[in-house]
Amino acid sequence: MTRTSTGRTAALLGLAALPVGVLAVFFVLPVAGMLERGLWPEGGFDPGAVLDVLARPRVHRVLWFTLWSSTTATALAVVLGLPAAYALYRPTYPLRGLVRGLLLVPFVLPTVVVGVAFRQLLRDGGPLGFLGLDGTPAGIVTALVFFNVAVVIRTVGSAWEGLDRRPAEAAAALGASPVTVFRTVTLPALRPAVVSAASVVFLFCATAFGVVLTLGGTRYASVETEIYLLTTDLLDLPAAAALSIVQLVVVVGLLLVAGRARRVPDPTVARHATTARPRGVRRGDVPALAATVLLLVAVATPILTLVLGSLRDDRGWTLRFYRALAGDGATGTDGGAPRLVVPVTEALVNSLRVAVDATWMSLLLGMLVAVVVTRRSRSRAERRLRGVLDGFFMLPLGVSAVTLGFGFLITLDEPPLDLRDSALLVPIAQALVALPLVVRTLVPVLAGIDDRQRQAAASLGAGALRTLATVDLPVVWKPLLAAAGFAFAVSLGEFGATSFLAREDHPTLPIVIFRLIGRPGELSYGMALAASVVLAATTALVLLAVERLRVPALGAW
Amino acid sequence: MRCAIKRVRTTAVLAAAVLATASCSLVGGEDDGGGTDADGNPTTVVLLTHGSFSLPDEVVAAFEEESGLDLDIRSGGDAGEVTNRLVLTKDDPAGDVVFGIDNAFGSRALDEGVLARADVAWPDGAEQFALPGDDDRLLTPVDNGNVCVNIDTAYFAEKGLAEPETLEDLTEPAYRDLFVTPSAATSSPGLAFLLATVAEYGDEWPAYWERLMANGTEIASGWTDAYQVAFTQGGGDGDRPIVTSYDSSPAFTVPEGGTASTTRALLDTCFLQVEYAGVLAGAANPDGAAQVVEWLVSPEVQAALPDNMYVFPVADGVALPEAWATLAERPADPAEVDPAEVAAERDAWLEEWTEITTR
Repeated sequence: MTRTSTGRTAALLGLAALPVGVLAVFFVLPVAGMLERGLWPEGGFDPGAVLDVLARPRVHRVLWFTLWSSTTATALAVVLGLPAAYALYRPTYPLRGLVRGLLLVPFVLPTVVVGVAFRQLLRDGGPLGFLGLDGTPAGIVTALVFFNVAVVIRTVGSAWEGLDRRPAEAAAALGASPVTVFRTVTLPALRPAVVSAASVVFLFCATAFGVVLTLGGTRYASVETEIYLLTTDLLDLPAAAALSIVQLVVVVGLLLVAGRARRVPDPTVARHATTARPRGVRRGDVPALAATVLLLVAVATPILTLVLGSLRDDRGWTLRFYRALAGDGATGTDGGAPRLVVPVTEALVNSLRVAVDATWMSLLLGMLVAVVVTRRSRSRAERRLRGVLDGFFMLPLGVSAVTLGFGFLITLDEPPLDLRDSALLVPIAQALVALPLVVRTLVPVLAGIDDRQRQAAASLGAGALRTLATVDLPVVWKPLLAAAGFAFAVSLGEFGATSFLAREDHPTLPIVIFRLIGRPGELSYGMALAASVVLAATTALVLLAVERLRVPALGAW
Repeated sequence: MRCAIKRVRTTAVLAAAVLATASCSLVGGEDDGGGTDADGNPTTVVLLTHGSFSLPDEVVAAFEEESGLDLDIRSGGDAGEVTNRLVLTKDDPAGDVVFGIDNAFGSRALDEGVLARADVAWPDGAEQFALPGDDDRLLTPVDNGNVCVNIDTAYFAEKGLAEPETLEDLTEPAYRDLFVTPSAATSSPGLAFLLATVAEYGDEWPAYWERLMANGTEIASGWTDAYQVAFTQGGGDGDRPIVTSYDSSPAFTVPEGGTASTTRALLDTCFLQVEYAGVLAGAANPDGAAQVVEWLVSPEVQAALPDNMYVFPVADGVALPEAWATLAERPADPAEVDPAEVAAERDAWLEEWTEITTR
């Protein structure tokens, strides 16, 4: 049993080969292709054009807006998410799982629909028009928080749930006030989870697209919407490439910082040693619970607008928008029933089928990645390699979907990679989007397994597979199912990449919703809202099923 | 023991789930196109188009039957995105034929050489929609529509306010805070409306927009945001009775059971949009591509356009749906701007427009 360090590295690379290969083909290659078009516009390398772009005043405005709106939204999401994380993961009470599931629904709603809901609430004359948020950066930041607060709640909450309570109890027994206990004991222990959540939320905010486009109008543009306009409208590829490079640099920098800030003993790793005792609600929980209720109301308001809108027409309450979902408008003469390529119900089936594929793909890749990055390193170089791989798989979160989509078109067009027409492109793209979530769910659990268990199994004669099946699998299968639920839900809601790649005869539900809401007539508008409610309900069901597994789904990032 | 039973049950449930989902997967059910017939000609033709493309199954099936071709439709994005995709992939196009390049982007497609010459017979009536400057007739007009200012007639009747008629009227104090239009920078009807003002006011259009903005005009991010959210007759509870939309829109605002529309297009504020189809340079199946273009201007497709894509046919003598024939009034002389001028000036116009509207 003597293995050289080279041998171990080779084994590591062997395991990593599939996920790295997939990411190379479906991420690195397309993005590099688009950058090449921008940097070598006429066949010659022209970095000057890129530098010129970065000197444009408008680009400065865009960069600055992206930076501060994402930072503000991230800070708000953390501040609002912390009390809710406590209230939803520490005390136990009825309906807790339901509330957890509901708070996650916004995360997967199609942005175009949420944009419409927000505009209806916020505009002058709307129910919340008095706030004066319409068309302001504050409105955009509010929407970003709405989408992302769930990430903070789940990430921090699951870390909090598994936290060893004894240090805090000891501090309290020694006379520390609750505030002091939180500041000096609890918060430092939660830091890795908070940092992880914040960095992911920042990535989501900085690459938010639909929300900024809908709510920002002409006045406010982010790097992501600017890349979209530069690429699809103006065909200014050098400028788009310049912004994509800025995006990549910022993302890599962020991942480095986050990785460093995370590198403290992870409290979730110790979670198996001290099983948290469930406990009821105490008086001290009331402020956090009240804050959670307020947050729930705030998150529910736009969703409620959608539900009410889908149930009401000019003349009062109606279910006709829901009934219309099953038709393709071919026979409808009802005031211009929208003609659809497929009925909405069939689009839902398409969505579910794509989600099945996206789920197994992201699970397969995510499992391999998680195994690779959690195996104990024996040398510094090896540890560094694992760290690089870990960061590498977060990259798709930070890069513009438009760049990726156009990159697919121009790079995956020749054998052996003539994949432009493949029906598999959609699930593959969605699997890449879900991959970071899957990896982040599995890594803390695998990292929590004592390596000596594996060594013991090996010394008793178990092979690598046998060790995996008897040591790792029993611990990891529940989080694996939880990750599956997540990947499934992300796939159901994905719009950006899908709108580029989906085929005309196999549209997914978010794409049909986008088409419906872009057509005149009360019926198509009502159907778009009804279809959104169906999508949200499907998502909520999947997530509730995950909740039933009682697994801390999003572990430490 | 109990534990073992539970495990068996769990395994069974998992196995059932795997079996159930496996049958749902797309992986097994993928058909591969790209076959050839007995003479070695390709039997598949790939149509690239925008995300609003939609035609009834039976019309597509009839074409496939008649031509012996498999029509593979790939859609996504808007007219600009479609054109730019073609430019990006012109060395190796992802399809044989394109539909959906409009008169705002047509000259870019021509300049970049993404289209090939094809022998397509145009129907009567199409000639007037030919793209100016397209001397080789690479782009065949398929449909047209006008972007016009729409008003909520019920609102004006209720308020006892005279209805506006012209672009100039929109700057009158009487119509203060009543107009909403999508952004020219992010939406195609928004751009069309800007072009309408350029056609009307020439170099003086910035001054017009300053007056428009001073009169409380709201800029929305897109058509959906303007019409569905802000317009009084849209899907939501909007409060602006004047909006930029299409000349066909009034056909969709007939209350259930009613016969008259509650909205009207202002025919002096219109800008013509034409959508074109063309065979792609480097197409794998140029013959099939030409057949698709001819099919798009055939009576069957032309008649299906209004109900499916909300646009008017280019061919003469095509019967319109009843609601369209009675409710969708068309401008006699919509504004037009030379496509070459649009191509040359668009970026500068948009920059100036953005400057004025975000001041």
